[in-house]
Amino acid sequence: MTASPAGRASSAPLMGREAEPTLFEISVPGRRAYQLRTTDVPARPLTELVPAAHLAEAPVPIAEVSERDLVAHVTRLSHRQFSVDLGMYPLGSCTMKYNPKFCDAVAADPGLASVHPAAPAALTQGWLQILVELEERLCAVTGMAAATLQPAAGAAGELTGLLLMRAYHESRGDVRRRVIIPDSAHGTNPASVTLGGYEVTTVPSNDRGLVDLEALRGVLGPDVAGIMLTNPNTLGLFEEEIVEIAAAVHEVGGLLYYDGANLNAILGVVRPGDMGFDIVHMNLHKTFATPHGGGGPGAGPVAVAAHLVDFLPGPRAVREGAGYAWATPARSIGRVHGWHGNALVLARALAYIHVHGAEGLTRVAQHAVLNANWLRRRLAAILPAAHDRACMHECTLRATPLKDAYGVRALDVAKALLEEGFHAPTVYFPLIVDEALMFEPTETESPQTLEALAQAIERIAERAASDPEGLHRAPQTTPVARVDEARAARHLVATADAARP
Amino acid sequence: MADYLPHTAEEVAAMLAFVGVDSLEGLYAHVPSAVRLAGGLDLPAGMTEPDAAALVAGYGAANRARASELVCFAGAGAYDHEVPPVVRALAGRSEFVTAYTPYQPEVAQGVLQAIFEYQTLVSRLAGLPIANASLYDGATALVEGLNMAHGATGRSRMLVSSGVHPHWRAVARTFAAGTGHEIVEVPLVEGHTDWSSVDATDAAALVVAYPNYLGVLEDLAAAKALAAAAGGLLVVAGDPVAAGVLRSAGSWGADVFVGEGQPFGTALSFGGPYLGLFACAEAQVRRLPGRIVGETLDTEGRRAYVTTLRAREQDIRREKATSNVCTNQTLMAVAAAVQLGWLGTAGLAEVATRCAQGAHYLFDEVTGLDGVTPASAGPFFREFALRLRRPAREVVARLADAGILAGVALDTLVDPGDRSLDAPEEVLLVTVTERRTRAEIDHYVAAMRGALQ
Repeated sequence: MTASPAGRASSAPLMGREAEPTLFEISVPGRRAYQLRTTDVPARPLTELVPAAHLAEAPVPIAEVSERDLVAHVTRLSHRQFSVDLGMYPLGSCTMKYNPKFCDAVAADPGLASVHPAAPAALTQGWLQILVELEERLCAVTGMAAATLQPAAGAAGELTGLLLMRAYHESRGDVRRRVIIPDSAHGTNPASVTLGGYEVTTVPSNDRGLVDLEALRGVLGPDVAGIMLTNPNTLGLFEEEIVEIAAAVHEVGGLLYYDGANLNAILGVVRPGDMGFDIVHMNLHKTFATPHGGGGPGAGPVAVAAHLVDFLPGPRAVREGAGYAWATPARSIGRVHGWHGNALVLARALAYIHVHGAEGLTRVAQHAVLNANWLRRRLAAILPAAHDRACMHECTLRATPLKDAYGVRALDVAKALLEEGFHAPTVYFPLIVDEALMFEPTETESPQTLEALAQAIERIAERAASDPEGLHRAPQTTPVARVDEARAARHLVATADAARP
Repeated sequence: MADYLPHTAEEVAAMLAFVGVDSLEGLYAHVPSAVRLAGGLDLPAGMTEPDAAALVAGYGAANRARASELVCFAGAGAYDHEVPPVVRALAGRSEFVTAYTPYQPEVAQGVLQAIFEYQTLVSRLAGLPIANASLYDGATALVEGLNMAHGATGRSRMLVSSGVHPHWRAVARTFAAGTGHEIVEVPLVEGHTDWSSVDATDAAALVVAYPNYLGVLEDLAAAKALAAAAGGLLVVAGDPVAAGVLRSAGSWGADVFVGEGQPFGTALSFGGPYLGLFACAEAQVRRLPGRIVGETLDTEGRRAYVTTLRAREQDIRREKATSNVCTNQTLMAVAAAVQLGWLGTAGLAEVATRCAQGAHYLFDEVTGLDGVTPASAGPFFREFALRLRRPAREVVARLADAGILAGVALDTLVDPGDRSLDAPEEVLLVTVTERRTRAEIDHYVAAMRGALQ
């Protein structure tokens, strides 16, 4: 047979060192995969149903592939992808713990997945029960009074929290202008503050890596709406002066916002509400093990203290008699999601909480902190900690010795770890640490895995001494080598149809 | 007592000794005792997976609106389309499910290429050259579209058609409290946006839905002309299934396309996680919210993908970022790309056509009943609004007893005083997808006849 009239075979080698063709490149005109139900609905031509002015001249071109080709293509793509199920993913601040399959199975239940979001409450009592039970448990974990489950991710939770802050102050006729953020904060914090209509005031960290209390007092004033804090902070350190911080902020009438990115460290040990926080967002895809999906879906519920409950987004599922109903708080800021939030993610998180219970969640936090401290200690000779004392669930280390001695940077260490079969830690964050490598092992990695990671880093350190140039070229064993990020930004090719440079 | 912790008691003891702490509680010695929780969390005890299975099965069983009980004629932005086993199997592969944002492109080419293919498909459906890697849902995609219009024009006045989904408008109002945008809701007359009722001068954006939430196909030329004259952006909130056969947003002159991508490979899921579609004109690319994947080369000259134009994003630009989005809905974007690959060019057109055929068949049959009249005029695509002799909520309850989810009672969707139509308590919003059979539709009509008597 002669060459195919169009399309390329998908035949890149396993964990390919060659590019997988795109869906569009394997397309062959006339090929199909889809099969639809036989409906016997009268098949009137579209031109009889819709005025010609609205119809496209031709259907939108998608691709034309067989089911078998589609399966091969997508499976090959999956083989070019690292994941938690494949190996350790110590990406600091992201809590890449094992995602229990049980929770996935709960979300796959057709009794949950096939339910329309606008179906009346009487027909969706099981879903409302899930929302109520999850809200109650999240409030127990955080020490808060009530929560909204609508925000779809952490950043959405942050913005929701800031709008709650705004509504609270405005309800008291109190106009405030600024929100305080430590210089170690996640980038989402300042971006959310701007969208919340506030100005960012940055407060520096002290030499212990904690909020500088005196500097904080210096920037506080009657125009401060509140402060956003992560505790433990992004260095993996507990803000030991949290009681004093809370008192100082409350004294000027400000509110405390808890960024729950690092909640995994303190489950069952300390609650944000007891620390004085007024508003708390949680990342269920971190702390409560819902899978990260390659960059979402997440879920970012926001819990609040009693004085903010009336402002929560609505509607909220509530108990009513023996069943459940929807209710919108009296002075609600409004909806923050098209429906009820990332419901199937919420169901997974509830299943995770059911399995663990109070003691299990506490063990989660303790073991996460144990793993991080062990790793910090184990790596101290090669990658010293930015702050040499007990950490919480993650540790921020520095590649400075390797850089000074051999010119090998944090980025090189991260890329070399990919060759060793580990995902890289978070690099160059927090911004205040030189050559930062932030490791968050999570509680679900075994001591053997931690030791294997440590030995990999030892090998990388040896290579730094013997072959620093080789490290600059790492990784070599991955599906692609280092990519040209500057080229991607200079000549944007965001679709298969874009002109190539 | 159940968990997923690998450590044996001996390992815990050895690790504690290595870090120089005498107990797990001792790891928290530096936490002020004043804030430590005494007595543990007030939560039920844990249980094993098999023990929890019966409990969680009870939730689904308590949802009468599940597919095995009720045949779905509800839409309003969430649609019961075919999601075949092959799409569930591929999108459910754990390499996609348990990865995170592709910060290390060398080990994330799978997700990156899948997003690139997704962006290509969204761009084609929108008729616009640039698409991002996804946003949370259609409603928040609209908010990002408004923010883009503000960035492009320096203006804050947003003219939003009341034909845009009521929840999306509600979300836009919520976030406007922070951005200070003025949201002006433009009324519908007989199902069509009455642009003559507003002054478009100084508008940052005109937002119109295509088809609108009542199902009506509005002429977008008027909105485009008004937007162009005012120097504002035209933002089109489109149904991506209909986009398979309708004129694209880009061909109508849209600057921004936003949409809800749930119909492509995501189950109804009680409203989430869904998929925010976002595409825009070349001129707006530096104001794009969230992630975008670009094609490039690796150091050995091989084609590779990477998240790009990163200088717009929150982790770099902080308070000056174009958006605060970090985690988005990548898994749903992957599912959409796979579902569209499965449908292909012919399949998407056929699904869109069958939706229109089913909707028109039901419309013709049901409007022949006493006590049912169309609630809006003009051409519709796959969804329509009916005005009923009895309260729509009551009709939904009655048809549920006949095994049908009859639609969405409009007064459960709109806020009081909504300017899309009058007396929403009488109105039922009905949709038909390619999954509905003639027998199901005929049963619907018979049940409706009974419910209205």
